[in-house]
Amino acid sequence: MQDELFAARDLTIALPGSQGSMIRIVENLSFSLAPREILGIVGESGSGKSMTALAIMGLIDVPGARITGSMLFKGQELVGLGARALRRLRGREIAMIFQDPMTALTPVHTIGWQIDEQIRAHESLSRAGARARTIDLLGEMGVPDPRRAADRYPHQLSGGLRQRAMIAMALSCNPSLLIADEPTTALDVTVQAQILDLLRRLRHNFGSSVLLITHDMGVVAETCDRTLVLYAGNVAERGPTGDIFAHPGHPYARALLASIPPLHGVRPSRLLSIPGQPPSPAERPAGCPFRPRCPQAHAQCEQTPPMVRRGEQDIACVLAAPEPVQA
Amino acid sequence: MTPIIEARSLGKHYRVAGGGLFGQSRRTLRALDNVSLHVMPGETLGIVGESGCGKSTLGRCLLRLTQSSSGRVLFEGEDITTRSERALRRLRPRMQMVFQDSYASLNPRRRIADLLSEPMRVHRQPSGAPHDRSFIAQRLRDLLDLTGLPISALDRYPHEFSGGQRQRINIARALALQPSLIVADEPVSALDVSIQAQIINLFTDLRETLGLTYIFIAHDLSVVRQIASSVAVMYLGAIVERGGTDSVLHAPAHPYTAALITAVPEPVVSAGARSRVILKGDVPSPVSPPPGCRFHTRCPKAEARCSVEIPALRPLVPAPDEALHEVACHYPLHPASNVPDRYATG
Amino acid sequence: MAMALLRRLGQTVLVLFGISVLVFLVFFATPGADPTARIAGRNASPETMALIRHQYGFDRPLPVQYERMMVSLFVTRDLTSFVDHGERVVPEVFRAAPVTLSLVFGAAIVWVLASIGMGTLATALRGSLVDRGLMILGLIGISMPVFWLGEVINLVTQSRMHDSWMFSWVPGLGYVPLTQDPVGWFKVLVIPWITLAILFIGIYGRVLRADLVAAYSEDFMRTAQAKGLSASRVLFRHGLRTSMITFVSLFGLDFAQLVGGGALLTEVVFGLQGVGRLTYQALSNLDLPLIMATVMYSAVFVVLANALVDILYVLLDPRVRDAG
Repeated sequence: MQDELFAARDLTIALPGSQGSMIRIVENLSFSLAPREILGIVGESGSGKSMTALAIMGLIDVPGARITGSMLFKGQELVGLGARALRRLRGREIAMIFQDPMTALTPVHTIGWQIDEQIRAHESLSRAGARARTIDLLGEMGVPDPRRAADRYPHQLSGGLRQRAMIAMALSCNPSLLIADEPTTALDVTVQAQILDLLRRLRHNFGSSVLLITHDMGVVAETCDRTLVLYAGNVAERGPTGDIFAHPGHPYARALLASIPPLHGVRPSRLLSIPGQPPSPAERPAGCPFRPRCPQAHAQCEQTPPMVRRGEQDIACVLAAPEPVQA
Repeated sequence: MTPIIEARSLGKHYRVAGGGLFGQSRRTLRALDNVSLHVMPGETLGIVGESGCGKSTLGRCLLRLTQSSSGRVLFEGEDITTRSERALRRLRPRMQMVFQDSYASLNPRRRIADLLSEPMRVHRQPSGAPHDRSFIAQRLRDLLDLTGLPISALDRYPHEFSGGQRQRINIARALALQPSLIVADEPVSALDVSIQAQIINLFTDLRETLGLTYIFIAHDLSVVRQIASSVAVMYLGAIVERGGTDSVLHAPAHPYTAALITAVPEPVVSAGARSRVILKGDVPSPVSPPPGCRFHTRCPKAEARCSVEIPALRPLVPAPDEALHEVACHYPLHPASNVPDRYATG
Repeated sequence: MAMALLRRLGQTVLVLFGISVLVFLVFFATPGADPTARIAGRNASPETMALIRHQYGFDRPLPVQYERMMVSLFVTRDLTSFVDHGERVVPEVFRAAPVTLSLVFGAAIVWVLASIGMGTLATALRGSLVDRGLMILGLIGISMPVFWLGEVINLVTQSRMHDSWMFSWVPGLGYVPLTQDPVGWFKVLVIPWITLAILFIGIYGRVLRADLVAAYSEDFMRTAQAKGLSASRVLFRHGLRTSMITFVSLFGLDFAQLVGGGALLTEVVFGLQGVGRLTYQALSNLDLPLIMATVMYSAVFVVLANALVDILYVLLDPRVRDAG
């Protein structure tokens, strides 16, 4: 546990709902991230994955939002940390890239201006010094002719180049942790391949850990060392990516993998699909949240499922092992 | 047998505002360039490509929701390219479209019953008689049954449904007039994986029970593979490869198709690294496409000839299976391509 | 770029031409109304009528009449008002213009600065009491009629409390030219500026706050926060720049109509002989030549202001530069 860069313990995020109730978007989420590790958080829309990222960044600005549990970053507790201290971490130690590079960059400033701005917000560097680093970074991110690209506005660049600029900006202060929220969802498949390739190389070139948030099981399989499957704000399963894809333990993870049409091999006449849809956070059933859609649900699932250890996998399902172990 | 729909050298050009302070310069965007294809009854043609390749424009031009700039469209052998809107109305019930955004396609202020019965109130029966009330009521029940929606859905409004269910409503509406052809433009790409599988299965089931023909437009290769019997791959407004789904996806002949396939991240963790072709750069703008083969700027196999000469679609010889497999490349990945194009049609 | 500016200039001239034709037709070619009698005024002698008819070419076809009118308005500048005993109208407009320009420019500076301050402060403290208080103040500002507010201020500063230390500096109503006495100019105008600006501070402050708060739900604002920038930097460098579009469009319209004579009430209340008052006089006397002159004057400003707004757009938003 000594070498953990980041660890969340029982992280719960609740937002105020109607009539004074608190709606728990994320419940008792625990995971850890080692230096240079790529951890994938997968889940469908509404699973709470983006909310988790915003909570780490301290960017949930909904009035009345309540974050409980613990988030340790390099031994420092982030839950309840003051605004000023958080701001010093943001962009410098923990950086984030967003889904749509078109809307995530300010349209009225050049790419270079925006990257310079981040560098100069955290380091006392001259304008020229910051620009020199910006151009270096853009070049490292594979932006052709970085000197000219720095003087361009976001709308003048293609989607792929914008995302590279976005990553360059995120990496400009050498953060230890990079949070990537659906970084390739808005991109075409051939450009997605380039960006994923870039993300994989970050740990060598920049020594950064990456928290990759996505809905795409394929992206996780190809990019992440370890994976966390979220369902309706709860951990369904976590463990090494290879293990999870080879022997998914949770019925949800199994069904999710089976519902993806394969690109190779036998073409099934029908896809396995999960009946119904994920519950909204306000209507989440007690006990196992997957119970209403689970083909193996039984009476015991009305209790909160235990976290079962199987090899290196943690599975939130009573069926995962004969002898449940409390985690 | 007559193809249910056929496109001959279809082109679509848009005039777009160019640079300058007040957009005085205008340029031409070639969304479609010389596209020919045909779909036989009962077949499902998948059209794949990245954004800006013209696949949505093609779908709309085939149904004449957008007027093509050149070329012809034939529906069941009948030339509909220059038909008046009035004359088209007779054919409209037979060809329907399903869109990506399930919410934007449904009027939020109307109940599902109204949305589903509207096509029947607007159009007449093939015999020319209007649809009567009891027929519509029966048909609504059938449609809900076909698309797996509860009967209680009729009295509700679009916003009360999830994305997957709304897409079922869109499909039900498209089916209301018993069409023979459905063009589906990215119908599952806005849905979560588990819901996506439900809708793909629904498309498959409907094809079997109703004998439908689909043109299925998607950027997701694995979705297209699941549903299509043949595939056309588009790049910058042109078809670069087409043929039977298995043949094209398992033994692609065009370097672009090959790159597209290897670029898809697969939910499989393999021991060794997959051999993959990572293309350089982005798709060029369709406003100023590269000369010659439009893919040559990103092609790993491009040679001098590629930047000059536009390659025509030519069949692979010998044909890999009974379906024709054609490729538009000077240096395709599979042999026998340097044989003259015997089958090439205008 | 030069080409585009030329085009824009061409458009401007075309618009002005259209307006002048329209105004001309309305006032001089209305069937059943004899412009000669209107220009000559009541009880004019037949000789005057004949002179006018000849001078304006009312005995000639309409295009000639229009041409004469434009020539005497823009080239010879000797268009004469007979209602007003032979006063030349162009110099009259030129005398009134500096008064209105002084009033409106000053007020514009006040309202732009104050509303940006109000909008950004309310946004920064959104949801707080300060925010709510500012928005209510804005609403009050919008609701107060400018003539009432002006009269009340006059009452306080000119008579009731004029002798107190606070308002003893306030000069009497009227206008002092900037070139004669800059300090006097400022003193005489500062109260009218604030009075005229209050309405606009309310409107602009509220509009800006709405746009800024909307901007906070944009992805790029989240990015700016994720970069670890200070809250004020996020607000001013990222939020404000992108939220100025509505503000600038509104400003173009309001500024132009005020310069064109829309500040009438303020001018009346504070005894300023501006274009608004002149237009009002012209209309109440049906002084056709003067109406023609003031309408053309305000058209020039409206069109110029529009061109200025277009240029401002380009400066504010690089996307406009490319897309056109």
